[in-house]
Amino acid sequence: MKKSLKKLVAMTACSLMLSTALTGCSTKTPTSGSSASSPVTLTYAIWDVNQEPGMKAMAEAFTKKNPNIKVKVEVTPWDQYWTKLEAAGTGGALPDVFWMHSSNFDKYSNADMLLDLTDKIKTSTEVKLSNFPTPLVDLYANNGKNYGLPKDYDTICLWYNKDLFDNAKIAYPDSTWDWAKFLDVAQKLTDTSKGIYGYTANLDGQQGYYNFVYQNNGTILPDDKKTSGFSLPATKEAIQFYVDLSLKYKVSPTQEQFDGGMNAADMLKSGKVAMATYGSWMVADFKAAAQKDTTLHLGLAALPKGKTNATIYNGLGNVIANNSKHAQEAWKFVEYMGTEEANVIQANSGAAIPAFKNVDKGWIEATKEFDLSAYPAMLPISHIFAYSKSKPTWDPLQDKYLKEAFYGKTTVSDACDKIAKEMNAALATEK
Amino acid sequence: MQTQLNKHKKIKLSKAKLSDYTWGYLMIAPTILGLIVLNIWPLIQTFYLSFQSSAGFGITKFVGLDNYKKLIADPEVLKATINTFKYTLAVVPLGVFLSLIIAVLLNTNIKGKSLYRTIYFLPIIAAPAAIAMVWKWLFMSDFGLINLIFKGVGLPAVNWLTSSGTALFAIIVVGVWSSLGFNMIILLAGLQEIPTSFYEAADIDGAGPVRKFFKITLPLVSPTMFFVVITTLIGSLQVFDYIFMMITKTNAALGSVQSLVYLFYDYSFIQLNKGYGSAIIVWLFIIIMVITAIQLKLQKKWVHYD
Repeated sequence: MKKSLKKLVAMTACSLMLSTALTGCSTKTPTSGSSASSPVTLTYAIWDVNQEPGMKAMAEAFTKKNPNIKVKVEVTPWDQYWTKLEAAGTGGALPDVFWMHSSNFDKYSNADMLLDLTDKIKTSTEVKLSNFPTPLVDLYANNGKNYGLPKDYDTICLWYNKDLFDNAKIAYPDSTWDWAKFLDVAQKLTDTSKGIYGYTANLDGQQGYYNFVYQNNGTILPDDKKTSGFSLPATKEAIQFYVDLSLKYKVSPTQEQFDGGMNAADMLKSGKVAMATYGSWMVADFKAAAQKDTTLHLGLAALPKGKTNATIYNGLGNVIANNSKHAQEAWKFVEYMGTEEANVIQANSGAAIPAFKNVDKGWIEATKEFDLSAYPAMLPISHIFAYSKSKPTWDPLQDKYLKEAFYGKTTVSDACDKIAKEMNAALATEK
Repeated sequence: MQTQLNKHKKIKLSKAKLSDYTWGYLMIAPTILGLIVLNIWPLIQTFYLSFQSSAGFGITKFVGLDNYKKLIADPEVLKATINTFKYTLAVVPLGVFLSLIIAVLLNTNIKGKSLYRTIYFLPIIAAPAAIAMVWKWLFMSDFGLINLIFKGVGLPAVNWLTSSGTALFAIIVVGVWSSLGFNMIILLAGLQEIPTSFYEAADIDGAGPVRKFFKITLPLVSPTMFFVVITTLIGSLQVFDYIFMMITKTNAALGSVQSLVYLFYDYSFIQLNKGYGSAIIVWLFIIIMVITAIQLKLQKKWVHYD
């Protein structure tokens, strides 16, 4: 008995040690496409559960036209999406069609994971690249080849709580606002005794300080993608302003309070903050909140102007796995997703702003709770969400060093210099 | 004559043994195969990967000892190693000690014994992520229950999760709390194996409860304790989930809590530098191997198997 216990100890110890090493192994996901000849089922991988109904509606409309091709929409949350896809790519088992993001596109196209669509698009009678804004098309092109068709785009807007403005008898934000006016109103609306703040200046790039950087004529990554924009005085100045909102002017909770459990989006949804900046993908979330809580009255407007008007935009693309067993069928699906008809379905579902030009009206009309016209209106003044091949390396650096500045432990300038130094090293490895 | 007989015997024996071995291996084959495919092969692969740089999708380049050279000079790895040891040195003694006390108390004939046993075992049934979320709410700076109590008794509120002095402490509290249930059940099983006649004999000899605990309970439960110590220790050295769930990546205190497994996760799955991530995990593997080997040697001094 005692001896067997000793053995048990040793064996458990061994297997526990082995499981340390196990975490290093990536699992292979099996392909779900069937090898049967006639009816084909395509897998369509996406990461946004809010858009699932819209994507399913588009897939159903496609199946109605092509009864032999069924599409299975698979949702994996953003945090696991890329881990899962990388494992699938390594095992040669990528989904037939999947969403692509600008941050990861270069990596996938360089590794030959994506099907080259250039010729297919050229000979297609159904889709034309001129139907989409050029920057969105370029997002998914590498060395002159197109690997994806634009699906949607997103911009950032200023959300506000109408009741807080009404109570203070302050006019709602509009396109004439600049930073000074924004700060002034934020100060007037902040009432920390009630736990109400003017704005939420949390450590967030795309929906936060990036916008201020470009409004100040700064940049995160210059167009040549050779050096970091963090060492530029204009960039530092804008981030300083953003950090000051919480640390100096105290119109926002500090990043330390956010990390301690405060949630910026929840604050907007529970009327604890007067203004906040959010991307168009958050509409579904706020819409659900407004439907649940009828006392919550939200509105939205263009971002306030700095030295110039600016915002960040980004867009998703539909891509096909290079080794898909059903490449023909997959292309048919992606082709359909690029038509006006499919984009109208996407718009009406309210899922995301369709990439197809002039279809965004349907998206605006799909939401009755808020006037969403400010989002598409931001597109002409928007800058692409900074990306380059080494983004997985330099992206975490921003949080890593800026959080020290957001906590007031170091200066913004120092943090930016540290980011710039390591980011430049990462950019130098790109060829 | 003698040798011939011996030879004959040997062949006969090995035939019987052969059949024994065959059946033996056949019986354990499913487990062994699983172990090889799921554990041992990945272990070898991870070790191999630690000598490579990875460009994703399994495309790798051999870089020799580069990852290890970087590892030795990396202050982040050193800090993570220290954090991991700090966490382990707090969780193992505290966790094992508290669970032994609970086990001893629950081994007596108190009312509602099984209810208490169930309550203490509950943390094991809950998913670690859920546990971490609940504790995160308790530790919240602005509306957390713990700070509310602090304010109630006139103490200043503490930024539990965001100040570098308390963040690791908060994680340790959760680690100890969640290890209690499992350890308690194992120790309880060990305690119940001790024959009551020993205690009766001690009673006749006039030994008090403290003396009985140190002279009878502790030596006889020591093999079970050894098991508990080893598993808790290895589990603690691999701490990841509570840190991942409770400390956001924008939290400035992350540097003073992040463990080796957290760092491995960050490099392998966020920065997609799988080669360096593997080197970190091989480093942890070596640490665990050495500590476990030392424990197996030291056990002769304090573990009584009879």
